[in-house]
Amino acid sequence: MFYNIPRFSYHKPSNLDEALELLDRLGDAKIIAGGTDLLIDLRIGRYSPRNIIDINRVKELKYIVDEGEYIRIGALTRLQEIIESKVIKEKIPLLHEAVYQMASWQIRSRGTIGGNLCNASPAADTAPPLLVLEAKLKLVSIDGERIVDIRDFFKGPRETVLRHNELLKEIIVPVYHGYGYSYLKLGRRNSFTLSIVSVATMVRVEDGVFSDVRIALGSVAPTPVRAHSVEKYLKDRGVSMEVIREGVELVVNDISPITDVRASAEYRRSMSIVLTYDSIVTSLKRIGIEVGGG
Amino acid sequence: MVHVEFTLNGRRVEVDVEPNEILLDTLRYRLGVKSVKRGCERGECGTCTVLVDGDPIYSCMVLTVQVDGHRVDTVEGLWEDELFKKLVYSFVEKGAIQCGYCTPGFLVTAYALLKKRRDISRDDILKALEGNLCRCTGYKKIVEAILDTINK
Repeated sequence: MFYNIPRFSYHKPSNLDEALELLDRLGDAKIIAGGTDLLIDLRIGRYSPRNIIDINRVKELKYIVDEGEYIRIGALTRLQEIIESKVIKEKIPLLHEAVYQMASWQIRSRGTIGGNLCNASPAADTAPPLLVLEAKLKLVSIDGERIVDIRDFFKGPRETVLRHNELLKEIIVPVYHGYGYSYLKLGRRNSFTLSIVSVATMVRVEDGVFSDVRIALGSVAPTPVRAHSVEKYLKDRGVSMEVIREGVELVVNDISPITDVRASAEYRRSMSIVLTYDSIVTSLKRIGIEVGGG
Repeated sequence: MVHVEFTLNGRRVEVDVEPNEILLDTLRYRLGVKSVKRGCERGECGTCTVLVDGDPIYSCMVLTVQVDGHRVDTVEGLWEDELFKKLVYSFVEKGAIQCGYCTPGFLVTAYALLKKRRDISRDDILKALEGNLCRCTGYKKIVEAILDTINK
């Protein structure tokens, strides 16, 4: 037998209170949910925690509840369950579209939405859609609960505002009507490689004018980011190919890509412009507006 | 060591494992399940795929302590199932096997798909198989074998 995962003490709380108590008491601990990111991070030595807290038995973190104006998703909900949920497909189709393109069936069967967010990879696929949907996150510790906007959640690569004794409990996603949406990503192949750039978009148009534009990108900054420069440029302007072309050029002000094994910074900048354009055009198509051109 | 109990191919097994032990190693070295192959060990190639409670997962990406109380199925046990047998015969007839290293993983994933739904298209098959790599066949014959199983 050969072990390439460092040793740790294993804890398996059977409910949320027990998990929070352990998290508070143990200090040097990592939470394992699906484990599809964590086991790789342990193997490459990114983390070497003394304790691992397995929350898979904390069933009270696993749910999708339709509250009408918003949907509550338990952090332990598996990615595959999100794809298969009728509520999500109908009421948050953008999230469905993003998760559908994620990883592989085997990874989605294990990986959780909470894990994807808390691991805080700049490439996390659930982050750009939740950023444009302006989701809220409920964090919990033995001291109580607090709610943070997802735009304030990510602090840097693998860094979030979670305190050492805090756990992500729930993702609260508002339901929108009348928006066009799209999630596009460019990777080196279709499935489960980390993307080179990804873009989530939501647009609303009234009387031929952009009344709301929301764009977020992944893999092109230390955290997933909103493209505020593009959003601001497009808002209140008439919808046309020229206006969109001018607007998307500004995306380079919102991102700060790096060169790594997957792509160069320069390529990421160029592709961010292209993908943002495509994402806006696709979103418009979904509300019956054709501006053409690719 | 942690004492773990789970159902493996319909039989209850009890085993003491290290917390940092992955299911792939427990299956191969402690329980003699050799259909489950070691590949990339980073959740990309799919040759270590097993079913946990009916869902395909990578056994290199789950700790053995995490399957405590769950059901694990591999080719060894699925062979008792008529649908699985049909699938295997289709793989043989269609030439969907060359070196064979990826085959157990493909069979397990394809079986999980057929168990879920039978009204599937070629696109559904390609989508389901995204997490399994084959470097010999070019996938065409694997997809044909699965379609053939549905039509049988």
